[in-house]
Amino acid sequence: MPAISGDEDRAMTADRPAATIAPRKKGMGRKRIDLGELEDVQILNEHGVVDEASEPTIDGTDLFRIYRTMVLTRAVDRRMVNMQRQGEMGTFAPGEGQEATQIGQIFPVTDKDWFSPSYRSFGAQLWRGWTIEGLLLLWGGYFEGFEVPAGVNDLPFSIVVGSHILPAVGVAMGIRMRGDDAIVLTNFGDGALSQGVVSEAFNFAAVYKAPIVFVCENNGYAISTPIEHQAGTIELARRGPGFGIPSVRVDGNDVLAMIVTTRAALERARSGGGPSLIEAVTYRMSAHTTADDPKVYRSEEEVAKWRARCPIARFEKYLLNKGLLDHKTIDRIGKECEQEVRAARERFRKRAKARPREVFDFMFQKLPAELEAQKREYLARLDRKGVE
Amino acid sequence: MNMVEALNHALDKNMASDDRVCVLGQDVGVDGGVFRVTKGLLQKYGKDRVIDTPLAEAGIIGTAVGMAIYGLRPVAEIQFSGFTMQAFDQIEQNMARFRNRTRNRYPIPMVMRTPYGGGIRAVEHHSESREAYWAHTPGLKVVAPSGPRNACALLHAAIADPDPVIFYEPKALYRAFREEVPDEPETIALGKAAVVREGTDITLVSYGAMMRPTLDAADDLKDLYKIGAEVIDLLSISPLDTETLVDSVSATGRCVVVHEGPRTCGIAAEIIARINEHAFEHLLAPIKRITGYDIHFPYFQCEEHYLPDAETIIEAVRETMQYDQ
Ligand SMILES: Cc1ncc(C[n+]2csc(CCOP(=O)(O)OP(=O)(O)O)c2C)c(N)n1
Repeated sequence: MPAISGDEDRAMTADRPAATIAPRKKGMGRKRIDLGELEDVQILNEHGVVDEASEPTIDGTDLFRIYRTMVLTRAVDRRMVNMQRQGEMGTFAPGEGQEATQIGQIFPVTDKDWFSPSYRSFGAQLWRGWTIEGLLLLWGGYFEGFEVPAGVNDLPFSIVVGSHILPAVGVAMGIRMRGDDAIVLTNFGDGALSQGVVSEAFNFAAVYKAPIVFVCENNGYAISTPIEHQAGTIELARRGPGFGIPSVRVDGNDVLAMIVTTRAALERARSGGGPSLIEAVTYRMSAHTTADDPKVYRSEEEVAKWRARCPIARFEKYLLNKGLLDHKTIDRIGKECEQEVRAARERFRKRAKARPREVFDFMFQKLPAELEAQKREYLARLDRKGVE
Repeated sequence: MNMVEALNHALDKNMASDDRVCVLGQDVGVDGGVFRVTKGLLQKYGKDRVIDTPLAEAGIIGTAVGMAIYGLRPVAEIQFSGFTMQAFDQIEQNMARFRNRTRNRYPIPMVMRTPYGGGIRAVEHHSESREAYWAHTPGLKVVAPSGPRNACALLHAAIADPDPVIFYEPKALYRAFREEVPDEPETIALGKAAVVREGTDITLVSYGAMMRPTLDAADDLKDLYKIGAEVIDLLSISPLDTETLVDSVSATGRCVVVHEGPRTCGIAAEIIARINEHAFEHLLAPIKRITGYDIHFPYFQCEEHYLPDAETIIEAVRETMQYDQ
């Protein structure tokens, strides 16, 4: 752990730069505090035009895989909404429009790293190795869906807004304490920044230089609450510097910008530079959840404006221009992803069996006597009802 | 009206008659609340009195406490009772204590409304019943309605009360059935239980959403087994109406308590203790409790087996009736 800076560092010193009002006496009077510039990053714009100076080098197979996962994410998303409508799935939080934010943040994260996602993260979860049918089980109300796939260092996604970020910082502190070569990436929405615990998380991470990257997916809304009513400043990246956390704002619908900024943040974390905050500006194209009606709180024009900034269409243009994709391949990928999702749905249907007999089994390593007794009582009740 | 409409009606009446009453919470304004309990209030009373807050439960309760100190009568909504945990500090340290800490100078006449309980196939953290936490916290009153009419009356009483009230809304009953609700404010005294069925053989006690299976059980017990159950709807979980409980059990000599929250240190434990203290000599059988188990609320494909049902209650009553001293 790094030492916390001593008193002399905290004292106001006279040699700070750029004083607007000349100090009257050494160390006194008013002077400007330099919080550092905040950067705004876009590499690929909505017309598919790329800024060559900042374009990352990513090999063709990776670019192809990124594109395919974005398409797959959207296919899963749409299928889940459908299944919810048909009663096959519980209330579900779709992520349409956030595919670049999702896949861009997770692409640079390696297998030995950790990921602690919020609930609107199945794109990144698919990339990490969670299966489609696992996610279907999860949102379908089967607890087995929470089983972390073997070999994946992830925490299950958090339904409670902001609650998963402190544990993620704790994992990062653990990595630091053991001197291991790994980092943690955690994501959350714009609304989450209003939770007090998120400030605690930022502060712990900064104090202990925890190797963690915070990705705030600013999709414009927390249910019906627009970001303008959520926060006193809509530039959420400003939150970081106050904690001593380098921060940047990124076009979240630009997968290249997401990759470049996340990569830089991961490198900083890996090399002992501590946490970073990335604000990804994106848009939730769909309803908050399948139980929500966005027409009550936002206009069709606004949605249409963002539809034109579709992250998948934008990346498609880039790949077409680069000659890495053609229209035939786009069609083929679309069909393949659709098939993959249908196949997963069939596997889900086979596995979708409630297991009420297991509800006591994961409470403790060894059930205390009273809980054993309650379990017997509960199982007898199932027996009486003929429930397997 | 259904329960959502009845609650909305009570809020509307109170806001119309008293401009100190205000509503705050996540999505309560433009959206009208995720369950639509505050629908239309923003349009009627404006955004100074119907406040869409940031996503911060501690913020909602903490600032409501301050508004109450300043003389307003805030009715705060926490979107799901699972997220009252984020406000635990403000509830325990401020909402519940300010009157005592300031020797009556700053009472906290506020209400925290929140939907609780299972049965709606919700995702994790959306089905808990943790009323025992609040009943265990000195300085709070806790109420739970069981139908549209008493929901409306209790909310009137809670808003009028000079002390902080946790208003626990059984979300499974939000749209489950309709009742006639009088237009003119009707109140139910906080701390009073209701005897909703008379009977001489056994006393059944419950509240909130579990009143449905309890009443179903009472009907079946009468029709199928000729057992006359007296049914008590607590309405107020804290303060508990000890007198009504003791009177009933003194007469019937038998009792079963039903709730969906976990068993250990649950409301049933307190009820049974009080009956032991005040009516022990009348008891003909040990008191049974049908409750949720001491496990996390099962994910929704398994929830129906966790929740108490009429069948289980009937079973418990029959065992109690057959108990041989
Ligand atoms: C602590 C907490 N309070 C309230 C909720 C209910 N809720 C679920 S999602 C949500 C909005 C979240 O908005 P944001 O953090 O911006 O993420 P987004 O849903 O837009 O991805 C709310 C209020 C919750 N899950 N957790």
